[in-house]
Order: sequence, then structure tokens, then C-alpha cells
Amino acid sequence: MSWVGKPLERIEDETLLRGRGRFIDDLNPVPGAYHAAVVRSPYAAAHLTSIDASAALASPGVLAVVTGQQVAELTKPFHAVIDTPVAFRAAAVEEVRYAGEPVAVVVARDRYLAEDAAEMVAVEYEPAAPVLTPLDAVAAGAIVSDRSFVYGDPLGKLEEADLVVTESFTFPRWTGTPVEGFGVIADWSAADDALTVWTNFQGPFTLYMAAAAALGLPRSKLRLITPPDSGGSFGIKAAVYTYVVLMGAVSRHLGVPVRWIEDRLEHLAASAASTERVTEVTAGFTNDGKLISLGYDVVEDVGAYLRAPEPATLYRMHGSLSGAYTVQDVSARNRVVLTNRCPTGLNRGFGGPQLYFALEGTMAIAAARLGIDPVDLAHRNLVAAGEFPYTTPTGAIYDSGDYAVCLDDALATVGYAEHRRRQAAARADGRLVGIGIACVVEPSVSNMGYISLAETAQERSGGLPKSGNTEGATISMSPGGGVVVQISTTPQGQGHRTVVSQVVADQLGLEPGDIEVVSVLDTHVNAWSIASGNYSSRFSAMGVAAVQQAAEELTAAIKQIAAHELECAVLDVELRDGKAAVVGQQDAAVSLRRIAGKAHWNPEALPDGVAPGLRFTSFVSAPGLEPAASDDTIASSAVHGFVADVAVVEVDRETGAVTVLDYATTHDAGTLLNPRLVEGQVRGGFAHGAGVALMERLAYDEDGNLITASFMDYLCMTASEVPPLRSSHIETPSPFTALGAKGLGEGNTMSAPVTIANAVRDALGIERLELPLTPSRVWELIEPLS
Amino acid sequence: MIEVSVTVNGRAYEEAVAPRLLLSDFLRHTLGLTGTHVGCEHGVCGSCTVIVDDRSVRSCLMLAAQVDGAEVRTVEGLADGDELHPLQAAFRRNHALQCGFCTPGILMASVDFLERSDSPGRRQIAEMLSGHLCRCTGYEPIVESIHAVALQEGQSP
Repeated sequence: MSWVGKPLERIEDETLLRGRGRFIDDLNPVPGAYHAAVVRSPYAAAHLTSIDASAALASPGVLAVVTGQQVAELTKPFHAVIDTPVAFRAAAVEEVRYAGEPVAVVVARDRYLAEDAAEMVAVEYEPAAPVLTPLDAVAAGAIVSDRSFVYGDPLGKLEEADLVVTESFTFPRWTGTPVEGFGVIADWSAADDALTVWTNFQGPFTLYMAAAAALGLPRSKLRLITPPDSGGSFGIKAAVYTYVVLMGAVSRHLGVPVRWIEDRLEHLAASAASTERVTEVTAGFTNDGKLISLGYDVVEDVGAYLRAPEPATLYRMHGSLSGAYTVQDVSARNRVVLTNRCPTGLNRGFGGPQLYFALEGTMAIAAARLGIDPVDLAHRNLVAAGEFPYTTPTGAIYDSGDYAVCLDDALATVGYAEHRRRQAAARADGRLVGIGIACVVEPSVSNMGYISLAETAQERSGGLPKSGNTEGATISMSPGGGVVVQISTTPQGQGHRTVVSQVVADQLGLEPGDIEVVSVLDTHVNAWSIASGNYSSRFSAMGVAAVQQAAEELTAAIKQIAAHELECAVLDVELRDGKAAVVGQQDAAVSLRRIAGKAHWNPEALPDGVAPGLRFTSFVSAPGLEPAASDDTIASSAVHGFVADVAVVEVDRETGAVTVLDYATTHDAGTLLNPRLVEGQVRGGFAHGAGVALMERLAYDEDGNLITASFMDYLCMTASEVPPLRSSHIETPSPFTALGAKGLGEGNTMSAPVTIANAVRDALGIERLELPLTPSRVWELIEPLS
Repeated sequence: MIEVSVTVNGRAYEEAVAPRLLLSDFLRHTLGLTGTHVGCEHGVCGSCTVIVDDRSVRSCLMLAAQVDGAEVRTVEGLADGDELHPLQAAFRRNHALQCGFCTPGILMASVDFLERSDSPGRRQIAEMLSGHLCRCTGYEPIVESIHAVALQEGQSP
């Protein structure tokens, strides 16, 4: 009986459906916590000259106003992989660098009173001119990192090319903006010189280390606990760590517990966003459609401060710069710039949407110029099934796949040939119908060492090399035979508890309902490491691997005890139906409950080599994730899935509105652990990708004010707008993971923006366009054509 | 302070509230009914939707003082003991929730919608849902769940 692979309903759901979820704002873990409201800069760039808190302090119920200066006295600036000329602190001291930056915190008896008083804090500013776009930042000299990479001989190959495509691609700032924002409850203990924080943080726990360092608590004096439930994240909540520092410092300064629940306006203006990226591509093709040279010149806007883990958005995909293609000669120039906008961070797709918007856009443009169907162009360049494991020129090891079959499956699902016939007929009628495709390698399980590529090999050689991706899990069997699993993958809705119950049930011969899975992460209790958390789609590979290994250790102990009791060889014991039984014998069996009882109540009766207690913690690290090599190659991720998408769109000549008529996606995510949850990830990732293709953008005015600062202005996809989607799967199991599974939650966020863009390119017969493809923008593209 | 007498999920409450206290905060923090969630506090995301006197409302756009004498229904009152409401059951069956943060508001809006609709189709359901933001599911399973319950209700006598 295998539970893994079955589309089981989720064990998480009943609690959530009854309104009994426990999210951060539902918790009251410490008595008497005060409420905090953050005073924020209204200017994108200004010198902060004075703060007068007297009126606020006189306001009812106000305990204190803590200024950025007071926070700075208890904290250190945050560190990132690159040193920058501007110190990044939890709150501004003398200079503000984006509208929404914290400058003070008001602490009061309740939130209403705190917000009243926050408006009374009088802050004097001397405004300065903000820098707001990536290219303006280059012109202003706000470049904090400039690295060039050459693999093979891209310039030489360019001379052999029959067609050279040079094109500029700008990917916009946007945000996955979860419906639940940030929350922090901070409780400083002067007796222990220690801070306990409850927060809906999602990892990576490299950022917990960054928070501890900024608080001056690098050893075991920062205890971080996540709530049982978290209302989505899509990467964004990684950035809550700077507020852990801010509220931690406020709690320490005042000696009282403090709770802060972010509101939506704060979230959109000042939490995190994707990078805005300008990419100049230079790509060489032969007449028969072979991509032989590929160069990127990238300007990456990380906002007002380089906030760790940035510039990770730029390097997460470094091993996959060649995408799904066999091109061997590749170059990249990566410039990271600062602007006066909210700092960037994790956001679903994380570098993938930006990379593929440029690469797959280039492929579509080349196909049109060469007069080759884009499907044929892809087929002439895809890595072939026989080439796996395939090492890319930039150092990734693609574990498994059959890209051509996957692409053909998507084409068959959508009915590509039929759509091309209908498109021809529609065009003859003067309608603007287009078809776009994209082929996307979806990396998962990030190498903790890839960010060090922002330094040169020589700079790297001075520090501790970083590599791998480690995860831990703990499994225990109680004296009554109950099984409890603790995971450190901080889920925010993905259903990790359900999948873990399936994996463990298979191991122990139980049913998923017999397994209790605890996803609360307490840094003083759980088995975690710096890579722990929920990002880079790492759960199905690493979370599962850690659980699998811990469950195997428990299984081995159970079998030893059973073999001792049944007087048989350990190898002859199997676990089934809640029992340990002798293989092939109906009656020779002992219940797990009895075995557990023995391990706890009667340790004297245990066989040699079995410790009492039945509790096992395992750590695993992903294979093949070496530190960055001296030639700047890097296995930036451990596992690589594949996504092929086809979009059919129609553009309304009168309004510029883009309607997605049909959309098919085929994934290869290796072994599917729970197809029901897989479908949920595909649809959710697609909605985000289609959102940035058509609607979603963080827009700023010329003074640097966010003009999409509410849900009335930042347009998230709703049920009426989300395009129809048909999805299917092929499975080539990963040889690198415990159960052959790969990550899959981000692929469609990488693929959908460029797939829809390519369909609009095809509809209009144009090359250059910008996302999101709002009606007004598209109308401006149509105008010159008619 | 204002005296408020209100029935929530069949239970009577008498509370003194500040005039400006939002209904959402009253439910969550005064009564401890934290199933009603707050996602935007400006009436767009729909997470805080509850039913007041048989009309779905955004509890972040209503004051606690306004529900004096009213009957309020929240997600905590939806199931009948051990038995989930048909919508809750359909949501679970169709994987129509992931993080579950927007779910209570969508459930309450859907209860109200089905009570006042006659055999709604998918398009009408999607239109109703356009007042709710879900960032996890891509909506299709939610539409499917509500549609399935609408069809069930249409078949029952």
C-alpha cells in the first residue's frame, strides 16, 4: 500500500474551514503585550532633521515613542554578501531612502491608540531628488556590484552567427502580496538577556542569522517561533526578519512585550517586492535555428538597500542562464543598483520570471525573424532526453527530463495545429490572434553558496565557503504508539503536513490519519539549519528527504525490537496495518503500540543496540551543491523540473484588452507526491504569472510615492480575470531526491509572463513590449500599426 | 462606550464598545472569534466577510456599534457540530483552499450568495468571487466548489 502519489485530501483543511486556524494575529503568547504602530517616511529620499514625539506621548494610552536613533543604539546594521555605501538599519536614523521606511515606533495600549499617536509624531525632513529606475541608477552611479562572466567563447560564436538578435527586456516590480501581511510579537527578557519572537517568518534561516546578528544576539539568545498557520507568503514574508529586529529592539528598549501586525498599505509600500530588471540580450543563431551564442547585460534594481538575501534574485538562476537549451557559449554582465524604492526580496519565481522574459522573448523574436515556427526553433535547441544528467555551461546539473516530450504534450493538450489554422482564419478576418510558447527549466532546492557569486573568486577565497541545502526533521513514537513528526519547512498553505503524513504512513505501515505532523518551527526545539524554511520549492525534495530519513531510523529501531520479540531476523520483519509482522506469516506479529510500550516502559527488555525513547532526528543535505568554483560555475540548484506552456490570445483592436483564449501547461516535476496538491501549486503559480503578464505592477510617481498602495490600485487577479488553464504532467523521477520528486510551485510564475507576452508579440507582429500588458499599453502598441 | 447586544452564531453577547471599534476587531479581539480574518482593512480583499441579518458585509467597513440588535453569522457557526457545511465539505474535496486565510470570508459570502441566487452558473459565481482575493488557488477550485453546491441545492426538493 503506497500513500505517496495518491491525491489525498488535506489534513490541514478541516481546522481552516472551521475558522480554527491559528495565524499570527490570533495568538496571545505573552500577557500584556503592547501594540506598535510604525511611523514611516513620506519621502523617497530625504535627510531626517528632527523628530518631535511630545504630542504623541501626550496622546491617551501611549507608553513610548521609540526613534530610529534609539533602535540604532541597540542594533547593528544588517549585513549582506556585498558591502554597500549605505548602512541598512531596522529603522532610519539620519537619511531615509524610500517612501514607507520606518523612522520611529509608537507603542500604546491598543492598536487604535498607537495609530492615533503615530500621526502625531512630527518628523522634519529635507527632501532630496530620488532615483527611481534601474537605468537612472546606473547613470547616477548607484551601482553596488558589477560582475562579468564568460563561459566558452560567446563573442567568437557571435561572428559565426547568421542572425544576431539584440533586444532589451524590462521586467516590472511586482509582488505576490499574500492576503495575510507580516506579524511580529517580541518579548525581551532582561533576566536572560534573551529575546523570544513569534512571527510568520518563512525562512531561509540564513535570515534568522542576519536578524540575530543585527540584534547582537548571535548565539542562542534569539528564539523564533512560527505560528501554526501562515496566510500565504510566496516569498515575501522572508523579509519580516527586519521587523523582528525592529520590534525586538523596541521590546528591549522598553522592557515590555510588543506586538505589531502590519496593515495592507504598509505591506504594499514597505515589505518586499520582486526586482525590476533590465536585460539587454545579444543572441546569435544559425540560419537553421541553432542558438550558438547567448549574452546578457543585466541591470538589477534591488531598491533602497541591498537587503539579504539579495542580490540572490540575480544569482538563483545562474546555473540555468542557458535555459532548456544546448547553447554552450554564454556570457553575463550583472550590475546591481540601488534606487529609492522599497527593498526587494523573495517573490514567487525569484529570478526565473525575469530570466525567461528575456530568454524566451528572444527565442520568439528569433523564430519570427528566421521564419521558423517557434516550436521548431525550440525543438532544435532543447537538451535531449539522452543527455541527462546534463551539465550546463554555467555549472548546473540538470538531473532528469524529457523536454521534447513535455513540449509536445503541451502542444497536443492545447491543439496547437488547430489553433494555428484558426489563427490564420481569424487574421484573414482582421482579428488580432496570437500564439506564444515558452520552455522553462524550473530549478528547486537552492545552493546556499550561489549568492557568493556576487563576489569574485578571489574575494570568495577569503571567507568560509558556502554550499549545500540542509534540512532536518524529528520523528517520535510515544509510549502509546502515537507518531509525531516535526518539520522545519514552515508551510504557508502548501499542505506539507499532508504530504509528510503520506510519506511516514508508507514507512511505518500506518494510515496518514495516524500521523501527527507539527509544522510550528521553534528554533530552540526543532531540527533546523540555515537552509530550513519554505522557498526555492524545496519541500518536496528536502523536507521530504529529512522526514524520510528520520522515519527510516524509527523503522529500523521498531524492526529490531520486533525481531527480538518475535525471535526472527530483522530482515524478515515488515511493518503493515499498525503491526510489525514476520514476512509471509499471518500470525507472527506484534503491535506497534506494544513495541512503543516496551521502548518507554521496559527499556531493560530492549535488544542490544536499541536506545530507549524512540525519537529520531535526521539531517540531510542535497547532493551536488558544491561551493562556487574558481571559474565561476555553480550548481545553483539541486533539482530541475521542466515546464512547457502554450498561450492563445486575442487582442481587442479597439481597447487593447488582451484575452487569453486558451492556455496549456505541461510539467515534469518528477514523481508527484500528491497530485491534488500539485494541481493547486500549478494553478496558483499560473495565477501569479498571468497576473504580472496582464495586470500586476508596483507603480511609483516621479517623487517615488507608490501609487498602487492599496488593493484598489494594485490589481490582483480575481476569479473573473484568471485565464482558463489546462495542465498535464509527465514524470521523469529525479535521481537526486529521496522519492524522485522535484519542486513545482514556481514554474508557471516563470513561464506565464513570457508565454502570454510571446502570444501578444505574435498577435501584433511586434518585438518590444512591456509588462503588464494592460489595455492602455497594448492600445499604444496597436496604434502605430493601424 | 456604547452598549451592544448582539447574537453571534446563535449566542447572545452584551458588550460595551468604543464608538470607533470595527466589527472585525470586535469579533476577533472582543469575542475571540478569530476565524474572521483581516486582509486589507479597506474593503477590497473580502477576507473579513460575515453575515449580518442575512446580508454579507465586510466587517472591516462596519462598526461594532452598528450590529446592536442584529444577528451575526461567522465561519465558526457554519458547521453543524461534527458535520461540515456543504460548502466547507466541497472546498475540502476540491482543494479550494491552501493557506486558508481568505477562506472564511469566501465561505460566508458564498453562503449569502447561494441563499439569494437561483441556480447560479460559473460566470455568476466568478462575478460574486471578484470581490474576494485569494492568492493561493487561482480560484478555479473555489468556483467549482460553489457550483457543485449550487447544483446539489438545485436537485434537492
